[in-house]
Amino acid sequence: MARLGTKAGAVVTAPLGWLAGLIDAPLRLWQRWTGTNGMAAFFLAPNMAIFGIFVLLPLAFNIAYSMTSGTALFLRDRDFVGAAQYARLLSCDDYTNLATCAEDQFWTALRNTALFVVLQVTLLIVTATITALILNRDLRARSFWRAVFFFPVLLSPVVVGLIWRWILDRNGVLNAGLDAVGVEPVNWLLERHWAFLAAIGVTIWAHLGFYALILLAGLQAIPRDLYEAAEMDGTPPARVFWRITLPLLMPNMLVVIVLALIRAVQVFDEAFVLTGGGPGTATLFLTQYIYEVGFASLLKNPGLAAAASIIMGAVLVALTLLQLALGRRNERKAKMK
Amino acid sequence: MTLRKMTTAGPLAALALGLGLMTSTALAGDVRIMWYSDGVEGEVMKDLVAQFNAANPGINVILDEVAYKVVQEQLPIQLEAGEGPDIARVTNLKTLAKHWLDLTPYLSDPDYWRTNFGTHADWMREDGSQAITGFMTQLTLTGGFANKTLFDQAGVALPGKGATWDDWVNAAAAVQASQGTAAAFAIDRSGHRISGPNVSYGANYIGADGKPAPVDAGVKEFAGKLVAWVADGKMLKDTWVAASGSTYRAAADDFINGAIPFYYSGSWQIANFSTKIGDAFDWVAVGSPCGTAGCSGLAGGAALVAVKYTKNPEEVAKVMEFLSQADIVKEFSERTLFLPAHAGVVAAGGLNWQTKDKNVGPALDVFVASAADILPAAAALPSWKWASAYYGAMANRISQVMAGELTLDDAFGKIDSDIAEQVAAAK
Repeated sequence: MARLGTKAGAVVTAPLGWLAGLIDAPLRLWQRWTGTNGMAAFFLAPNMAIFGIFVLLPLAFNIAYSMTSGTALFLRDRDFVGAAQYARLLSCDDYTNLATCAEDQFWTALRNTALFVVLQVTLLIVTATITALILNRDLRARSFWRAVFFFPVLLSPVVVGLIWRWILDRNGVLNAGLDAVGVEPVNWLLERHWAFLAAIGVTIWAHLGFYALILLAGLQAIPRDLYEAAEMDGTPPARVFWRITLPLLMPNMLVVIVLALIRAVQVFDEAFVLTGGGPGTATLFLTQYIYEVGFASLLKNPGLAAAASIIMGAVLVALTLLQLALGRRNERKAKMK
Repeated sequence: MTLRKMTTAGPLAALALGLGLMTSTALAGDVRIMWYSDGVEGEVMKDLVAQFNAANPGINVILDEVAYKVVQEQLPIQLEAGEGPDIARVTNLKTLAKHWLDLTPYLSDPDYWRTNFGTHADWMREDGSQAITGFMTQLTLTGGFANKTLFDQAGVALPGKGATWDDWVNAAAAVQASQGTAAAFAIDRSGHRISGPNVSYGANYIGADGKPAPVDAGVKEFAGKLVAWVADGKMLKDTWVAASGSTYRAAADDFINGAIPFYYSGSWQIANFSTKIGDAFDWVAVGSPCGTAGCSGLAGGAALVAVKYTKNPEEVAKVMEFLSQADIVKEFSERTLFLPAHAGVVAAGGLNWQTKDKNVGPALDVFVASAADILPAAAALPSWKWASAYYGAMANRISQVMAGELTLDDAFGKIDSDIAEQVAAAK
């Protein structure tokens, strides 16, 4: 069996070896000509080309679109308006009254998104941490429970939104259950606060498993002897958590916070299917605003949508930089200790 | 095969496959139709396309069935890029009119089209143009439906001809109270749907210069009624409040499920009701309730239009000529239960609606009769370029009032500014 495996390996690697031999000489020549840095650039070039074509170029186009007006698709057919789209998005007569803003629904979406990010990320981190701590214990059928929490991550966001809509709808499963036990049904998706909480709850349900898995990996990497030493010292469990678990979990926690923040700012799919942005504009988030203005409206305004997406991108970059700065500060503190 | 041969053959095979895939979408003689369905019309169109393909071996018609959302959101982008199908079934006819092909030079008898489809030709061509760009696959008219069984069970008489919106809503509210339905009535979340009632209260969207006029007393009166009906629980809250922006929401399922005794939508629901309601209850079409200025609905419909970016205009014209023949239009209408737009077919009458549902024939008759009640301000809207801007702004802002986010006066100001912004952006 082992000999068969070796032979199969040889068959597979032989062409690769032949190919490597074929390009060896030109590569050595190239390295002599360009130096070590040139060689690094050579190997990075394909990746950078993909990044440039699929990320930087669209970003440049998006910025260009945000400085134009009209409904035409091609830039050459559009009127250059400079920062007028940004000015329209950001101008308000009275910033304490969103109804006075030229694009009041942009501000509503911005406010909703900010509130969503704060509440959803906080609740998600707390829930994911608790879940990871529980799943890290010696539970019966631990693998089963891990799979249960991870399962919603595998579902399409549209499926998640639909399932929960059928549950929370006026005639949904939840109200049928409440009605059966004599409790007055609630219009979960028509009451502003319930709808907003539903959007938070559903997105947490959908993503909890992914973040809990990252935290679980962090928990399992913490050396057991630290806990044993703490136990021998008689350290209370809460102190163990705050002094050992949480500090050593920080690198993973930071990844979770950054990813959760970015995902929360981009919230769209589950919430859109669940509430459609309603009731009114109670769950209108930035991405849906951009989608409505740029794509869904009968008279589309790609320039305004592009400007809104650039502002959203700037918010995301700022959040990421903030998190990276915090991460570096933590690293420096850890090294000093 | 040597390694060298393999390394040469692999990319060549991939290239050949790629070229094959590319050419499969652009063969001479291919005609692609982008088609969406509300009911059974996709099945009917498949049969008609099969008939055409059998009779025209040199032309291969491919029916791409898509969701309505694709037609609304993706087709405009394809058209702006100079791409898209050869023929498309669309409802947003006027806004996209610059992308339609003038079939006149390719048609064997353009006068046949002018005679039979001329009434609605302006709906699908640019202002001032005399182009023949396509034909209406069906005419639609907005109007109401009543759940007769619920009215009978409640002992409430159906309001008769000339009944106002208040009469209908109050009668339906009596049924709601008696039968415990979720609401008295619902109207689709769409600016188009409330435009007939707005006009019935004297609204006119079109200014003297052809541009959008500011929101007037007619719009204000009916919008005020809608908001009040939501507030007092007579109008189903779900349809308008549970969405934002200009998102379209129909309340057809609520009517089908018996959750509302009265529903204002349009003639295109007839086939849907016939299929889904079956004999669960009796329903009737009741036309449009009256306002202070009349009892107007709003005409509309879907058209099959040729796209000017087609590589095969002659073949496209042949397909369009086949589908626009009187006997084909008649078959399509009879099987889909859609009102035909072909003047000759309408004049000849004798349509044999292919249904065993006793509710369908009378319902279609009501809509045909209601067409005479369309007021001029409503009749002008389907061919008016800025109608979509008006519709979207009204749906968006009035639903915000219903959700308690704006006052009616604020909403009217916002509707005006939203429309002005869209007009400015579209320049």
